[in-house]
Amino acid sequence: MKPDKVFQTLDARGLLCPMPIVRSTKAMTEVPEGEVLEILATDKGACVDVPAWCNARKFTLLFQDQQEGVYRFYVKKGR
Amino acid sequence: MASEIVTNLSPDQKVAIDRYLDERLEQRVRALVKEEMEQDPAAQNCRIIASKGTLDWAYPPLILASTAAALGMNTAVFCTFYGLELLRKDLNLKMDPIGNPAMPMPMPNLLAAMPGMRMAATAMMNSMFRKSGVASIPELREVCLASGVRFIACQMTVDVMGYKAEQFIDGVEFGGAATFMAEAARAHTTLFV
Repeated sequence: MKPDKVFQTLDARGLLCPMPIVRSTKAMTEVPEGEVLEILATDKGACVDVPAWCNARKFTLLFQDQQEGVYRFYVKKGR
Repeated sequence: MASEIVTNLSPDQKVAIDRYLDERLEQRVRALVKEEMEQDPAAQNCRIIASKGTLDWAYPPLILASTAAALGMNTAVFCTFYGLELLRKDLNLKMDPIGNPAMPMPMPNLLAAMPGMRMAATAMMNSMFRKSGVASIPELREVCLASGVRFIACQMTVDVMGYKAEQFIDGVEFGGAATFMAEAARAHTTLFV
């Protein structure tokens, strides 16, 4: 489910593996527990890598979609 | 005490308890094993061997190490033989076209061995990666260092191949095969590149 508000947005468009995940990890350190990070990416691998990263880090992927080649992820810090 | 309670039970009660335990035990054991496995520190440890010193082969260990760190794993890269090139302050990795039929533009070895071909292949690889937006090797190494990945230089190959400690980036540790194996024994993820 798409959240009403996000704490911050990370623009990882144009970056390739592993940088979207590396930058997301860095951005997540600034996000308080329970808040949401929005990630924008163009790397196709992100579709499967972001969910895997969420699973490993105890983050929750609330929602993901794709519009005109841009993948959007809403990730909550915590389960 | 639980054992006293059990001796005072009627046979019917004992049968009922046995039936209950049969149902519950499997669930309980499964839950406990799952919990323990999640807490297993080895599941959060990643040890990688980097043994190659060409531009193309520098990518896999650094990509995997930076990603392992991003997934929250305690990560170290053990650099041995040509992998020691990844630790140099003056990184200058080259792409070798010889014996690589999978190059984007495959060429016969005889041609690939001509003067200047290695430089051309290196320039081509660098520009191809830069254009696609792949991070550079110095950038990936920086990411690794910033996210706490440890780099361990193989002492034997450092000595044999004539490297000096001051040629390497700050913070490099030194160790031998036993250092790697002792750490690898406590890591579920061990990779050789």
